[in-house]
Amino acid sequence: MLTAGPTLAGDPAITEMQPWRRDLGDPIDDALYGMPSPFESDVTRGRVEWLTPDAYTAINFTPLHELDGIITPNGLCFQRSHAGAAQVDPAKYRLMINGLVDRPLVFTLQDLLRFPRENRTYFLECAANSGMEWRGVQMDGVQFTHGMIHNVEYTGVPLRYLLDEAGVKTAGKWLLAEGADAAAMSRSIPLEKALDDCLVAFKMNGEALRPEQGYPVRLVVPGWEGNMWVKWLRRIEVGDKPWHHREESSKYSDLMADGRTRRFTWEMDAKSVITSPSPQAPVLHGKGPLVVSGLAWSGRGTIPQVDITLDGGINWIKARLSGPSFDKSLHRFYYEFDWDGRPLLLQSRAHDSTGYVQPTKEALRKLRGVNSNYHNNGMQTWHLQSDGRVENVEIS
Amino acid sequence: MSRFLSLIIAVMLLAGTALADPLGLGRVAEPDEIAAWDIDVRPDGTGLPAGSGSVAMGEEVFVEKCAACHGDFAEGVGRYPALAGGMDTLQDERPTRTVGSFWPYLSTTYDFINRAMTVGYGEPASDDEIYAIIAYILYSNDLVDEDFVLSRENFTSIRLPNEGGFYMDDRIQTEHPLFIRPACMKNCKDEVQIIARVETAFIPADMNRDGSGKTRLAIGETLFGQCRACHQIGDGAQNGVGPVLNGIFGKPAGSNDRFDYSDAFAMMADEELVWDFDALNAFLKDPQGFIPGTTMNFTGIEEDFDRNALIAYLQAQGP
Repeated sequence: MLTAGPTLAGDPAITEMQPWRRDLGDPIDDALYGMPSPFESDVTRGRVEWLTPDAYTAINFTPLHELDGIITPNGLCFQRSHAGAAQVDPAKYRLMINGLVDRPLVFTLQDLLRFPRENRTYFLECAANSGMEWRGVQMDGVQFTHGMIHNVEYTGVPLRYLLDEAGVKTAGKWLLAEGADAAAMSRSIPLEKALDDCLVAFKMNGEALRPEQGYPVRLVVPGWEGNMWVKWLRRIEVGDKPWHHREESSKYSDLMADGRTRRFTWEMDAKSVITSPSPQAPVLHGKGPLVVSGLAWSGRGTIPQVDITLDGGINWIKARLSGPSFDKSLHRFYYEFDWDGRPLLLQSRAHDSTGYVQPTKEALRKLRGVNSNYHNNGMQTWHLQSDGRVENVEIS
Repeated sequence: MSRFLSLIIAVMLLAGTALADPLGLGRVAEPDEIAAWDIDVRPDGTGLPAGSGSVAMGEEVFVEKCAACHGDFAEGVGRYPALAGGMDTLQDERPTRTVGSFWPYLSTTYDFINRAMTVGYGEPASDDEIYAIIAYILYSNDLVDEDFVLSRENFTSIRLPNEGGFYMDDRIQTEHPLFIRPACMKNCKDEVQIIARVETAFIPADMNRDGSGKTRLAIGETLFGQCRACHQIGDGAQNGVGPVLNGIFGKPAGSNDRFDYSDAFAMMADEELVWDFDALNAFLKDPQGFIPGTTMNFTGIEEDFDRNALIAYLQAQGP
């Protein structure tokens, strides 16, 4: 209702002069590398203390509930290291290619910049993302259930060009990618994948890689589990067999209910999650127009369709995809509706370009048991309550 | 085909050829450079250096260099992994994945110790010492005798029990046929019930809350009422029947030097138990089972969520 005449009921945000209107703002030299508004200072990566032994072999989580679109800002990309984040001097950076090649080679960073480069946007998901939910609900927020993922535009040289430069011998079938950090992270990668779409990347979202993401150079292994994207990449060895190193045998392998173990579970199957509303992003505005927003992705292609349910999977509605649909990249979806304030059981369900439809967690447990730790791509359920709070739940 | 089109294709082919040809970038890697970085070891023994080490030598080296994180008997400390034990647990509710019970290849131990455990986290170790550490890990897993000596020569003759337990990813064959199918859109099930929940701790101060809305911390605080008869917590807390619990999360067990612990507890202190999440969780589930002989007169908390809430409350209390 409009009120006539002078009153004191006006919004002080309007009727009172605010400091940012009255005074000059900050001089431009104050932030030569720009930072977010101080009002956004709570938007940070977050850690779960009990999850890892210490702060060096550790992980933190992307605050998915605060983000929109498909690109993850560099400073918020979740961080996983096995021996801390190495600070590598680019002047002393070397990439060696050896093993079953005609010419074992050493490249400097400047050498890499002389190859033709490509720009491609990919998600990187840790194989253990959602791993804490295998036995049932545990984590209080999408940052912790799904935040071991980020989506970045990489600039880099196709690994194929570097391998061509060295000349892979006919017997060469596998690569060992190795990092320069104190873990000297190492993973075996089939040559076929390396020749297909792997990048040796030096930029993320247009700027140099962040130290915790492998500065100055990391491997990009599109669609495959994050551990294989070796950071601080120092060496590629060509061999005839896989190496069966620690992070591809004792870790990053999937123990099944029958006591046997799947190895080399590289691809990240199709998955999606509603990022808002979610436990850390409750509905504060009450009933009425409500935007449901979320992310979907597949390590095997694009996402042509995402479905949403409000009633725990009795009925489903197609969500609206917005933004680019890149291969092996995050896709953003929305569903807008008029919320009547009744409790809802929200889920999303991704379809990928191979026709695969994201399963329920229960369907995965039936196939794998609850001890496989990795590759939990089951559907997430959020319980939106009448007061706007959101809980992580499992439903029948 | 028109001559014009042929010309375009010829130009494209040329451009393609130019890319596939080496650019002559980089330089040849010298043998000493390759030797410095090519440290990897494979299951067939490729990459193993000359050397050997005995179980006895391994025990000394292990206690000196490894035990701080992995325990004197390779049983693991805190969330650092156990390297021994867990045989035949892979189908259990809580499997223990160790070198003996889980790892498929012994070569992985050499590669990993040399790669990541003798720098950064760990202590420098010679090739012989690494062989000795592995001999001791094998011994701790009851896989070799106490007089065993491991060397490059006999290394590949040692096969780990679970080598045959691994198989190549078969999701495409075993799972995808189940999930590549049209999705139900209407009336897909009769009813839905919530069967498990994590009551959210994220409740903004300005939110309209109904009477039932309690945070996990608040639930933990209520549960602590059961502990209050014997334990104090918070500002000015004193030891009573039980020790004060300020800052107990992350603290070594039995480390309150003003409290007279039971023998059972003192023993846990000797074994350097730390009250991390796992330890508190196990103790609060079954106090007598976790620390047999404890004088704490409490039967334990059955519900996972309640224990979680109580631990969250304990963790939130300052030192």
